[in-house]
Amino acid sequence: MALLEIRNLVVEFGRFRAVDGVDLTVEAGEILCVVGESGSGKSVSMLAVMGLIGWPGKVSADVMRFDGIDLLGLSPRARRKLVGRDIAMVFQEPTTSLNPCYPVGWQIAESLRAHNAVPRAQVRDRVIELLDQVGIPAPASRLGAFPHQLSGGMNQRVMIAMAISCNPRLLIADEPTTALDVTIQKQILDLLVDLQSKRGMALALITHDMGVVAETAHRVQVMYAGQMVEEQPTEALFTKPHHPYTAALLAALPERAMGASRLPTIPGMVPGIDDRPVGCLFNPRCGRVQEICRTSAPPLIGEAAKFRCYFPLGESA
Amino acid sequence: MLRFLLRRVTLIIPTFIGVTLASFLLIHAVPGDPIEVRVGEHGIAPERLAILRHEFGLDQPLWKQFADYEVQVASGHLGASTVTHQPVWDEFLTLFPATVELSVCALIFALVIGLPLGVIAAVKRGTAFDYGLMGVSVTGASMPIFWWGLMMILVFSVSLGWTPVAGRIGDAFFVEPWSGFMLIDSWFSDDDGAFASAVSHLILPTIVLGTIPLATIARMTRSAMLEVLGDDFIRTARAKGLSPLRVVIVHALRNALIPVVTVIGLQVGALLGGAILTETIFAWPGVGHWLIEAIQRRDYPVLQGGTLLIAVLVMAVNLGVDVTYGFLNPRIRK
Amino acid sequence: MSAALTFWRSFAVNRGAVLGLAVMLGLVVLAVLADIAAPYSPIEQFRDSLLTPPVWQEGGTWHYPLGTDDVGRDILSRLIFGARLSLMIGLTVVTLALCLGTALGLTAAFAGGIVDVVIMRTMDVVLVFPSLLLAIVVVAILGPGLFNAMMAVAIVFLPGYTRLVRASALSELARDYVTATRSAGAGTLRLMFNTVLPNCAAPLIVQASLGFSGAILDAAALGFLGLGAQPPTPEWGTMLAGALQYYQRAWWVLTFPGLAILITVLAFNLLGDGLRDALDPKLKR
Repeated sequence: MALLEIRNLVVEFGRFRAVDGVDLTVEAGEILCVVGESGSGKSVSMLAVMGLIGWPGKVSADVMRFDGIDLLGLSPRARRKLVGRDIAMVFQEPTTSLNPCYPVGWQIAESLRAHNAVPRAQVRDRVIELLDQVGIPAPASRLGAFPHQLSGGMNQRVMIAMAISCNPRLLIADEPTTALDVTIQKQILDLLVDLQSKRGMALALITHDMGVVAETAHRVQVMYAGQMVEEQPTEALFTKPHHPYTAALLAALPERAMGASRLPTIPGMVPGIDDRPVGCLFNPRCGRVQEICRTSAPPLIGEAAKFRCYFPLGESA
Repeated sequence: MLRFLLRRVTLIIPTFIGVTLASFLLIHAVPGDPIEVRVGEHGIAPERLAILRHEFGLDQPLWKQFADYEVQVASGHLGASTVTHQPVWDEFLTLFPATVELSVCALIFALVIGLPLGVIAAVKRGTAFDYGLMGVSVTGASMPIFWWGLMMILVFSVSLGWTPVAGRIGDAFFVEPWSGFMLIDSWFSDDDGAFASAVSHLILPTIVLGTIPLATIARMTRSAMLEVLGDDFIRTARAKGLSPLRVVIVHALRNALIPVVTVIGLQVGALLGGAILTETIFAWPGVGHWLIEAIQRRDYPVLQGGTLLIAVLVMAVNLGVDVTYGFLNPRIRK
Repeated sequence: MSAALTFWRSFAVNRGAVLGLAVMLGLVVLAVLADIAAPYSPIEQFRDSLLTPPVWQEGGTWHYPLGTDDVGRDILSRLIFGARLSLMIGLTVVTLALCLGTALGLTAAFAGGIVDVVIMRTMDVVLVFPSLLLAIVVVAILGPGLFNAMMAVAIVFLPGYTRLVRASALSELARDYVTATRSAGAGTLRLMFNTVLPNCAAPLIVQASLGFSGAILDAAALGFLGLGAQPPTPEWGTMLAGALQYYQRAWWVLTFPGLAILITVLAFNLLGDGLRDALDPKLKR
């Protein structure tokens, strides 16, 4: 049984569908990468898993199960017991994601206390241990530091310490390195992968960086305009992409564009609230577009490699 | 923290000198000779005037006079009332507790009701409660409190007879002015019912004086809360699995308090201004009442000294607010 | 045209602001047409009908819809003429404070150095005094009266405009387009009034509209304390002061002038809030 299983997830804000029928499974102990441009619905689907979509957003799904428990059927109180303990999340902007009014040690301890993860008397020792695990030097002296006194990279380590404090079985990381300096990005990514393998937890990593995907993921899911357009194991996706959008993302990788005078880009933008096309959502930007793409939406097909396209690459078109 | 405090204190020194200069100029700006102003309406013989002018140093150049005045103020000499001949400082000290008692009660009233209302409106934004509260609060902030006070008297004292019309305590009670705060003094008095009488006298003035701060605090809390509730760290707090109440109080309100405290600080000046009107309406024997009487009696030393003392008080409160702000906001604490 | 339309659209979203605008326009019409709209002169005394209650109460008559005061003056007529007075007070005070504050703020921002320090420190001193107390003291020096009361309130409002203009002028002066205008050889005065000032117009308009309500409220408070307009001037605050002797017997003498103040101040506050929301792009959603 998958650790997290979601079928046909829909998140709507008014008449705007931010997430449109996404299927997602995360197996225990694996690293799943969710890739897509900004606005493709990656973050929103993960926030829906965490139960963090507030008014006026609406979440619905055919199936939304964590470890066999139906998340949508839980009472808010029971859901809160799960969130932060068994499922934890790390966000994009570390510095604004921490409360500026409280010391970082207190904020980590708050997680431990909320879920009674360790006896009260041991909270402080546990916080120090956690700070040490995420690679913060002299952890005992950082307990009283405020977020504005630490660098972005340090704050992201604090966020990670907070997320893993109750030994979650699934850690969701939403573009955890985007806001950081390039030199720090690799360190944070290595830390996440390292913690994942040591603790055997599952890691769902949201990113728009195919380079990050290549280095970390076991399995990849590509999102476009609120839909999942392709899903494959990493190796297979990089060697044999099926959806033209995936191919375009890969072509935009600098190391693949060697020799070209300019880095290839994908023309156009992700459709917004008013310009959602009929048929395949990618059709206005697709180089392989045919008549049927403009009239009818392609279903998700395939077994080991799933994709949503009438004329996939690598097959006769 | 100590350096932060020191910097703030040095910053107010020029303002303090400016304030004393303003109050020094006040007596010179009044048409007529300062001595004649000082002796009031009785009049004075010309020879005596010349002697007094010399005695008071009025024949000295203006800058010298100001320097002398600074020294006097610094040593607590603010002159004497031309009506009662009591030192201004003594009169101020006797009346000041009444004003403080009223102002503090009004501020507490405004906070205890305004903060929760603002928080609830922010959490329930867009609901009927939110719109209703905002309508009431903009009305409250527009309230001419001198009229509001009279209307309250008309309804609660005259028509319903629930509360007394004026003063700090019933005529039947004599309470030794030990601390000057009627609530405290009457609590320790032997008279049964003295405390109840003091409370009943305090209710209407408190509500009247507290109305505008209440409206302002509710509005400000709401908008500060709305801003904070959209911040990233609120999402983090919810991602920890905390209860909604804890998220709102511990995480959101703690941050929203920073701008709200600033607003409360700004309200203190307005509160003292409002105290003048409230004390006049309710015959509340405080500093505001005293100043209005001083104007009617052309008692300029009282007006000058009292104004100066109130300005110094406002400066002290502003300093206190700055320090509180430093406590609440770790980012500026250095 | 389209800019005005866009502005109106974002303003009209706020129903309170539209209501405030409507009330304000109504008051302006009433004030302009006071001579026609009011049934009687505001100071005419009807000695045979002292303290007549309003029309819906026992003993009231349609001759005096809102009743009469202790010397038999028609309250409705006095309120209508009072509206003219209140709007004039607001206009005078705001114009005075706005012009002087703008001049001081621009001077402080452009001159800098010691001039800036002196002006801004003086404003700090003014701000330390509670506004009503300061107004009272100024009136105590100048002597009671409507004109002096308006002066006093204008002085109280001065620091707000000065600070506002200086702050927005300084932030405008730091922008590239000002440097460009400067290097193109524009003189200081030209830069002040043609370039920088129009760019601080939005916050000034908001402040002015909120200042209107403050001015009316403070002037009424002074009138109430006997330091503003003197009887028999039909100023609303002064009318309240006149009612103090007998308001427990005749509620209408007290209630209507106060309501008039409240409604007027509320209208300008709603209008100011609406203008701020419509003009301030930061608050736009």
